[in-house]
Amino acid sequence: MSRLADRTVIGLSISAVVLMALAALIPNWMLFIFLQSFARGAVALGLLVLWRSGLISFGHALYFAAGAYGAVFMQRMIANDAFAMVAAGLIASGALAFLLGFLLRQYRGIFFALLNMAFSMVLWGLLAKTEALGSTDGLSIVAPRFFGMVFAGDQSKLAIYFFAIVLTWMFSVAVHLYMKSTLGAMSTAVRENEIRLEYLGYSAHRAVHVKYVISALLAGFGGVLMGMTVGIVDPDSMAYWTVSGEFVFITILSGTGNVAATYIGAFVFEIIRSLAFQYSPKLWQLIMGGALLLIIMFLPNGLWSVMARLRKARAS
Amino acid sequence: MQLAAVILVDGLVYASYLFMVAVGLTVIFGVQRVLNTAHGSFFAFGAYLAAMLIGAWYKAGWPAYGGFLIIVVSAAVVGIVLGLIIERCLLKYLYDRDEHIVVLATFAAFLALEDVILLIWGTDPYYAIQPVQELGATQIAGLKFDNYNLSMIAISGVLALSLWYALRRTTWGKMLLAVIYDREVSRAMGINVTAVFLITFILGSILAALGGAYLAPTISVLPGIGVEVIVIAFAVVVIGGMGSIPGALIGAVIVGISRAAAVHLLPSIELFVIYIIMAGVLIFRPEGLFVPVKARRI
Amino acid sequence: MSTVLDVRALHKTFGGVVAAANINVSIAEGETIGVIGANGAGKTTFVNMVTGYLKPSAGAIEFLGKNIVGLRPRDITKLGVCRSFQVAQVFTSETVFENLLIAYGIAEERGWGLLRHIDNAPRAKRVEAHLARYKISEYRDVRATALPQGVRKLLDIAMATVRKPKLLMLDEPTSGISVEEKFGIMDIIMAALREEKTTVLFIEHDMEIVERYVSRVLAFYQGEIICDAPAAIALQDPKVKEFVIGQERHRTRGPVHA
Repeated sequence: MSRLADRTVIGLSISAVVLMALAALIPNWMLFIFLQSFARGAVALGLLVLWRSGLISFGHALYFAAGAYGAVFMQRMIANDAFAMVAAGLIASGALAFLLGFLLRQYRGIFFALLNMAFSMVLWGLLAKTEALGSTDGLSIVAPRFFGMVFAGDQSKLAIYFFAIVLTWMFSVAVHLYMKSTLGAMSTAVRENEIRLEYLGYSAHRAVHVKYVISALLAGFGGVLMGMTVGIVDPDSMAYWTVSGEFVFITILSGTGNVAATYIGAFVFEIIRSLAFQYSPKLWQLIMGGALLLIIMFLPNGLWSVMARLRKARAS
Repeated sequence: MQLAAVILVDGLVYASYLFMVAVGLTVIFGVQRVLNTAHGSFFAFGAYLAAMLIGAWYKAGWPAYGGFLIIVVSAAVVGIVLGLIIERCLLKYLYDRDEHIVVLATFAAFLALEDVILLIWGTDPYYAIQPVQELGATQIAGLKFDNYNLSMIAISGVLALSLWYALRRTTWGKMLLAVIYDREVSRAMGINVTAVFLITFILGSILAALGGAYLAPTISVLPGIGVEVIVIAFAVVVIGGMGSIPGALIGAVIVGISRAAAVHLLPSIELFVIYIIMAGVLIFRPEGLFVPVKARRI
Repeated sequence: MSTVLDVRALHKTFGGVVAAANINVSIAEGETIGVIGANGAGKTTFVNMVTGYLKPSAGAIEFLGKNIVGLRPRDITKLGVCRSFQVAQVFTSETVFENLLIAYGIAEERGWGLLRHIDNAPRAKRVEAHLARYKISEYRDVRATALPQGVRKLLDIAMATVRKPKLLMLDEPTSGISVEEKFGIMDIIMAALREEKTTVLFIEHDMEIVERYVSRVLAFYQGEIICDAPAAIALQDPKVKEFVIGQERHRTRGPVHA
């Protein structure tokens, strides 16, 4: 199975092991940044799946929130278990995307982007107005069990960290393999010439629909992770349209080059954000906006293009 | 009956300033293919500048009509200064990039401008109620309406008519329509597309700032007003059809009235009724109400 | 020989414009048919209706005895009617190899198979053979956007033949190709199709091409077929001479190298 062991898969696996080993060395706040990077990186990975087909959603906070609230629901109502919570988050985001997909798959370009935003704002409004869902205060998530095992305090944070790494690794490898599949190869087809795709015998609508659900599942997973990491889910920091904007930011920052790039992008985003927040809490948006503009102007193909350029320079 | 009248007037007032914001947004999209998120910041800047100056003006005890002059001047200053900066220093370099990237760039500018607003005006609210008091109120069918609000409806109506006239009856308007229709051909015909872009953008920005400046006396001007208005303006533009001026007008009226209706009848859905309408319109008219569907030739 | 396509009383109107009026055609296996007619005569409309891009206003289209009116393009494609386009429809940022690979992947995979790795050795071999058949192997790793016009048309047709169609419809295979190249390119196409024994119908403006490659001619004029006969007879038909060939002579050809 040489295909399963290509360079990206090996790279992802090594990174996963290294990140686990780091757990013993790094301070708590760094752990927190890593966890948030995994969460946002998962959403960005979902957006990457769409972006390769020429589609951008300005509303993926919808699925981020759906996943997170699904996990809360699972923890409170059914089972307090990390795996069950992820499953609930995936079902919530996936089912929602499956339904909305029937409508959204007909749209392209800016309409697709804005219609997604509209749906995410509907959810935001619902969450903010519904007392049972915690309203604007949100709902808290307690430290989950792992197949019945209970961890307390810092141990619990570590458990979530390992759990996140394993699942992130799984999802990333899956997305990487998907990109090499026939369905993944159809991304260009959807982006560049739907008519040809149709006359090759595949429905462009169905291709978009499938990709949309995949992207929503990843966003849902990201939402569950984020909820577990920060211990609270609330509409403003999970469903508001600016949250979606941040996801798009990470996607563009990362570029379409490689699965791993989205996590690097998410990490860079998290670092810029934390530093900006720490050193000038009043100006962090200015710094974020400025950084984003610099990236758009000077790194049009994202961070991965820098890596590719470096590699080429070394080769020659 | 009374309730219906209140909803109608509230809705139209809301529609008036939405129209001011949305019409610039939609024309800029039509001409430049740029969905300008920073448009919300122009609105906020207009509101803040007007509120601050009006406050100072009346404190100094200067003649009352000056307040109205300030509204217009603030809008012009904000529109010209910010419009120039954003178009010349940012968008100019992005016209050949993917439309999503351009939206993201304006989103970045929007984030940055949000903090600039905080830097200049801080987090405390600004009030500039005087022009509203100055104009008094009218009794209609036992209900009291602020004349200021009614004037806002009138001004928007006049604005819509003049824009329609400018587009259909003047050379400049025809040039603009030509650029909307086909940028390349227009350039080949000798239209200075760069100038059309800049002028459109500045005019659109002035209108957005005017929306904010005119609204300022009726609200407390607070951080975050730009965020709120831009997503609603997006909805207005999408409902009406992107690039369509009558669309922006109808979209603003639809959104304004439905929001007012929700506020009075079913407050719990106020926050998202607009997006439900937007989704509903798009289901039946994917291009919006006023844009004809184009078929692709193969 | 068995009938591949049977079209009866086909009508199509756009608003008040009649684009197809009472078209009756039967195509037998193995035929090579040339469709001629001035611009706007209804040739592409006919192809668009058979391949499902347009729905006829009235009439029947039977493919291998099955009514295909109302089916979507992809369903008709899967049944075995494939087409190429007047302007080559390829995936411009992908290489020639990748373009064909995608076509093969879609033709050969379904359901969960779509999630299998697209590039496997046997499939790559089939793609290479396909490239060789259309004499475009030397462009294997060139992105479609950088291809010469003629090669892009060949790629377009190659993609249309991946499913081994029982009926192939080519919309102006030589449009945009220089006079010097046109016979060379047609030779490649016809040789490849003959190897696969594909029944083919193509729209063509160039009477030299029609004369040289076609066994039967359908001449369109104002949405009607005014002549349906073997090439030698059709090209001498007075009506065809007046309404089709006469008008062709006045037609200005586009730039030779687009």
